[in-house]
Amino acid sequence: MLHNNLNAAQFRRGLRDGVPIGLGYFAVAFTLGIAAKNAGFTAGQATLTSFLINASAGEFAGFTLIAAGASYLEVAVMELIANARYLLMSCSLSQKLPPETPLRHRLLVAFDLTDEIFAISVVRPGALNPWYTYGAVTVALPGWSLGTCLGVVMGNVLPARLVCALSVGLYGMFLAIIVPPARQSRIVAGVVLASMAASFAVSRIHWFDGISSGMKIILLTLVIAGAAAVLFPVQEGAAGTQSGQEGGATQ
Amino acid sequence: MTHNVYIYIFAMAAVTYLVRVLPLTLIRGEIKNRTIRSFLYYVPYVTLAVMTFPAIVEATGSPISGWAALLVGAALAWSGQSLFVVSVAACASVFVLELFLY
Repeated sequence: MLHNNLNAAQFRRGLRDGVPIGLGYFAVAFTLGIAAKNAGFTAGQATLTSFLINASAGEFAGFTLIAAGASYLEVAVMELIANARYLLMSCSLSQKLPPETPLRHRLLVAFDLTDEIFAISVVRPGALNPWYTYGAVTVALPGWSLGTCLGVVMGNVLPARLVCALSVGLYGMFLAIIVPPARQSRIVAGVVLASMAASFAVSRIHWFDGISSGMKIILLTLVIAGAAAVLFPVQEGAAGTQSGQEGGATQ
Repeated sequence: MTHNVYIYIFAMAAVTYLVRVLPLTLIRGEIKNRTIRSFLYYVPYVTLAVMTFPAIVEATGSPISGWAALLVGAALAWSGQSLFVVSVAACASVFVLELFLY
């Protein structure tokens, strides 16, 4: 009974933290729907795609390739490259779930492991209760799917000015996640600033132009997080409680 | 050659799910190695920072409004505001600023 109440409380907390994600998704997915329409998808097909995949870069890349008549294999490889960063996030989240977490919860948590769902899940204080993630997904996934659907159906009805403003919503959320811990720890602050600087450099140096944006994210993450791990190993015990620091971020 | 849309959808969904589910199901216990633990601790901060900048500056109609979103968002996040407030304020600063820019 107590256990059920705990899960319900976590679920409600997840619902609440999922609202900004759902709203942001709705706006971003709207433009995704326009890309889906260009690839020849019906509203139903596009909605199904967004419900099953929920990965902006992966879907954008997929729709673009499909519109160009790519093979099934090419599209599959593109998804692997565009979404490979989720391998790292999934590894990271595996350390956040209690080791005894049953397989069904692992299968379900993985289903909608997006950048944003990962971000709010991994910064929970202590271990992650899967029900928190389910709560967030309950708002976020419909926002994503419905946004895609409306994008196909309504095309360019939303004023461009509004779409433009909404497009920074998800980045604002990322800032709300990474800035408070950076305020707490100089090392995290340094890592965040170094990451931004490196990302900027890679976007400007033409030598990297042939690499997909998903692959750039993976390479930068491997190099910078790897260097930080070697130079500033986390104190024992701190890695599991990383979110103890971020209470303020998700109030 | 004509392609079936549902096979495309299935291929994309299958690959994406495998990428997401394999580490979560295969890595059951706690990883003991300190370097790997530290690496996984830094992963979210690096990934999110890399995705945010410079993309946020380039996402809007003008770099000026993009920078405004970045600075307003970072300042509010620094002062401990919620995800929702930071996110909405970043959007609002772009919207308001672009009313004057165009």
